[in-house]
Amino acid sequence: MYSIIVFLPLLGCLIAGFFGRWIGARGAGALTSIFLCVSAVLSMAALYFVGFEGQTEKITVMRWVTSGALDVHWAFRIDTLTAVMLVVVTFVSALVHIYSIGYMSHDPHQPRFFAYLSFFTFAMLMLVTSDNFLQLFFGWEGVGVASYLLIGFWYTRPSACAAAIKAFIVNRIGDFGFALGIFAIFMVFGTVDYDTVFTSAPDQVGQSFEFLGYQVDVLTTICLLLFVGAMGKSAQFMLHTWLPDAMEGPTPVSALIHAATMVTAGVFLVARCSPLFELSSTALWVVTFVGATTAFFAATVGLVQNDIKRVVAYSTCSQLGYMFAALGVGAYGVAIFHLFTHAFFKALLFLGSGSVIHAVSDEQDMRKMGGLYPHIKVTWAMMLIGTIALTGVGIPGFFGTAGFHSKDAIIEAAYAANSGIGTYAFWLTVIAAFMTSFYSWRLMFMTFHGKPRASKEVMSHVHESPQVMLVPLYLLAAGALLAGVIFAPYFIGHDESHFWSSSLFRAESNHIVHDMHNVPLWVKGSATVMMVSGFALAWLMYIRNTELPRKLAEQHALAYRFLLNKWYFDEIYDFLLVNPAKWLGRFLWKKGDGWLIDGFGPDGVSARVLDATNRIVRLQTGYVYHYAFAMLIGVAALVTLFMFGGFGGAH
Amino acid sequence: MSSWPILSVVTFLPLLGALFIFAIRGDDEIARRNTRWVAMWTTLITFVLSLLIWINFDAGTAEFQFQDRSEWLGGKITYHMGVDGISMLFVILTTFLMPACILASWHIDVRVKEYMIAFLVLETLMIGVFCALDLVLFYLFFEGGLIPMFLIIGVWGGARRVYASFKFFLYTLLGSVLMLLAIMAMYIDAGTTHIPTLLAHKFPEGWQTWLFLAFFASFAVKMPMWPVHTWLPDAHVEAPTAGSVILAAILLKMGGYGFLRFSLPMFPIATDFFAPMIFALSIIAIIYTSLVALMQEDMKKLIAYSSVAHMGFVTMGIFALNAQGIQGGIFQMLSHGIVSAALFLCVGVVYDRIHTREIAAYGGLVNRMPLYAFTFMIFTLANVGLPGTSGFVGEFLAMVGVFKVNTWVAFLAATGVILSAGYALWLYRRVVFGALEKDSLKAITDMTPREVVVLGPLVVLTILFGVYPAPILDITAASVDNLIADYEAALAAFEASKLASAF
Repeated sequence: MYSIIVFLPLLGCLIAGFFGRWIGARGAGALTSIFLCVSAVLSMAALYFVGFEGQTEKITVMRWVTSGALDVHWAFRIDTLTAVMLVVVTFVSALVHIYSIGYMSHDPHQPRFFAYLSFFTFAMLMLVTSDNFLQLFFGWEGVGVASYLLIGFWYTRPSACAAAIKAFIVNRIGDFGFALGIFAIFMVFGTVDYDTVFTSAPDQVGQSFEFLGYQVDVLTTICLLLFVGAMGKSAQFMLHTWLPDAMEGPTPVSALIHAATMVTAGVFLVARCSPLFELSSTALWVVTFVGATTAFFAATVGLVQNDIKRVVAYSTCSQLGYMFAALGVGAYGVAIFHLFTHAFFKALLFLGSGSVIHAVSDEQDMRKMGGLYPHIKVTWAMMLIGTIALTGVGIPGFFGTAGFHSKDAIIEAAYAANSGIGTYAFWLTVIAAFMTSFYSWRLMFMTFHGKPRASKEVMSHVHESPQVMLVPLYLLAAGALLAGVIFAPYFIGHDESHFWSSSLFRAESNHIVHDMHNVPLWVKGSATVMMVSGFALAWLMYIRNTELPRKLAEQHALAYRFLLNKWYFDEIYDFLLVNPAKWLGRFLWKKGDGWLIDGFGPDGVSARVLDATNRIVRLQTGYVYHYAFAMLIGVAALVTLFMFGGFGGAH
Repeated sequence: MSSWPILSVVTFLPLLGALFIFAIRGDDEIARRNTRWVAMWTTLITFVLSLLIWINFDAGTAEFQFQDRSEWLGGKITYHMGVDGISMLFVILTTFLMPACILASWHIDVRVKEYMIAFLVLETLMIGVFCALDLVLFYLFFEGGLIPMFLIIGVWGGARRVYASFKFFLYTLLGSVLMLLAIMAMYIDAGTTHIPTLLAHKFPEGWQTWLFLAFFASFAVKMPMWPVHTWLPDAHVEAPTAGSVILAAILLKMGGYGFLRFSLPMFPIATDFFAPMIFALSIIAIIYTSLVALMQEDMKKLIAYSSVAHMGFVTMGIFALNAQGIQGGIFQMLSHGIVSAALFLCVGVVYDRIHTREIAAYGGLVNRMPLYAFTFMIFTLANVGLPGTSGFVGEFLAMVGVFKVNTWVAFLAATGVILSAGYALWLYRRVVFGALEKDSLKAITDMTPREVVVLGPLVVLTILFGVYPAPILDITAASVDNLIADYEAALAAFEASKLASAF
């Protein structure tokens, strides 16, 4: 069954890719969608069997890399964590496939698109089902390539190509750390299989080894190296710059890869490695710090962006920060719960945005929207559900949207950690919750309400999307509304230890899940207060007094530009890394190879040789002659030596 | 095991084909066609025969297999052929790539006869290098191979072919003269040039340093290692497509093979001593040439520089001197043999149509050449070292191996992984992606069936060995383990003797 879940998308990819010309755009879309639906249904069955019945499984497919002590297999490991990821990945992927049939219907390259989407899904499934770090790395890089291909799907656009390469290379910087982590794991544990590594990890507590000339703590170093990989993939602070640019890809791609699945791989990695992270408080500290900082930073940038997809992208970045903050305080289940619910409402927001963009003739700038509500009411309703789920609307003890359960749990967990870094994470995530609410409502108001700012022509074309695009929205909306309330008891409530069983590890001293339910009332209420005030401010600025945003921006021009330009990260990186690398490359080529090595090496020597030979004798033969002659002399000398040696009988 | 001398047959069959072509009279279209087909059949039969070596190969032993020995030159030198787990696959790689090269050269119209003869002779000499079990025999094959290569660049090459061949000549001459001296010295000390005997011979410590350096001079040029790499970009740029393929896929591997066959087992003390230097040069090669590759404007030059970077991983892995490192090095050589060959063939595909290697002259090829775009993408990803392609396994093993020895080296080498993504994807983007705007490209056509036949098997192998590398790793395992065991024993003995003499 698990092999079918994983390999069906691959089969779909191959058929759509190689036989797309014969089965046509319709065929490719339908076939891959059906395959994905089958995978999704099986995944839900898997979650039932594994999460509720406790039937974990391991399946070895075949041998992969064997060398000396290193022995790696292609293998699946199905436990609760994997099963949850299976559901997220296949469910969202299936809906995105279906949605794309409508969204991409005018594109001439649909088979290729569906092949890429299915390939992505396959790689992502390999990632989450892996039983060792190397296969994890395979999936990790595989989703990176799929992301690269899909961001650059419209390859005639230079900006899309640039964004694709940027995404791949920034991810590679993360993978650089990840790979070193794997090397270190192999060196320390002699294997890269999860089981052996996790069971022998406690023996390594307090041990140190030499890394880059320093004696460092084994587990902390390994965890931090792995975390660098997670930061790249999950677009965390400093390595986030690729995610907003990745919005150059078609919108369904943004929903699947850059919101629901691939970007959460980093969260999955840390949760999967909880047996390692749990043993290193330093590593956990770093995870919390980076996560909380990202949650705050990305939210500030999201406040002022004008591109509808970029707002959602920064929101994704920020929400990923929340998940890491939860991981860092030891609340692994809470983080995965947020990952789970976030997949629904963020995919919903993205696909909803796609529906909006579709309606206004591919316009993405919110300044040219407004007043769309009467024309696309269904899309509006779906976006509204996404927004209330993201901002966490709910009535305590009665009913709550997805975000109400999962995001608020993170804030509570941060407080309950009762440590310095926990307090830091608490305040930053609370403030970020306010900003989240503000930018979400700002998006809603700017897009759907107020006066239309688009041209008459565009407005006359505004139309609701076809059913094939709306049905996936309905399903995601159902998830966004209900996933929190249904699954909260299992993911973070009293059934959680039975549900997760051994797939997540918590040290004896880690009582965070218990503690977070007993935080003071003001902490529990803080997120709701923030949510309401964010809404109020957005309403004030974008409905009540629409002059206010412009005035604010003028009054605080410096701060506004700082945020609008995303804290100038791209500019700083260009200045510090990209340009010097190019300059150095050119310098080494022209000066190093051209002037130094060739000048004093072959060119210099040949010039001298030519000088000399020209003076002595006019050579008429070619260089082959030279060469053969030199060899002949050599062989002659050698033969002479043999003869001499033979006569002398030296040995 | 078969009793007939299969290695000699495989080695000299191409030479027979060359003689056959030599006998073809005339220079009309029919003669040219006959020439091509003779070359094609010769290389194909050679390949099929060489598969028998693989099939009958016993992976369980580190001994030389299929040995074939006879007296030669008055008993001082023996004609001795044999393969072990380290060399066998290079023979297969050579015979496998030759038909592809012949097929890729189908359109050559100038001096077809001479061209095919040069390639067939080259094949004999290359196979000979990997089979020879006598130093003099090895030297003859090793150096002899340069002459046809030299002719291929010099006669069928591009505009600056004379400069390129001159450079090629100067570099290799330097290396080979030193190696020849070393071979003489080895004969003086050991009294034989028989490689299996020499493998068991213990050279005095003082000699080892000099012998190692002399061999190193030759192999480092071949590899090529920084800073003696500058002949490679020029040679590649000027060589015809098939010449580049052979150069990158096989000739470069002779350096790595030489290290494994001679330097490591025969001069273990010197190897231990010089390993840090090799690491340093490897790291410089990886980072330096990757940065240089980033700025190239010529497709072939870019791939040539990336080859130097990849060979940096090979030398690094080999001198890590553990199972993962050496197997990684060997795997990387074989994988690079496939991938770089394919990349040069990919350049050849568009060069044959537009007649320029200038990256700026291309752009948007995917619009008219989807099949080409797909093929090129696979090899670009393999070049980047993506897991699931053969490029990953070698790089990964080499870095795992070296991490155990020195974390700094692994750390710096891993930066090459980032840079390789940079130059490879940028090349791909500039050539294949974008809008098709240039008039010269408006009528470009996708790959022909002939080109599909050439590149198709390479795509399959790249993926196959990425997903299931066991066939290669299993064959090399016994020989590599044996190599490491001998090396460690030699070092231990040396340490013990040093300790003993200290008292």
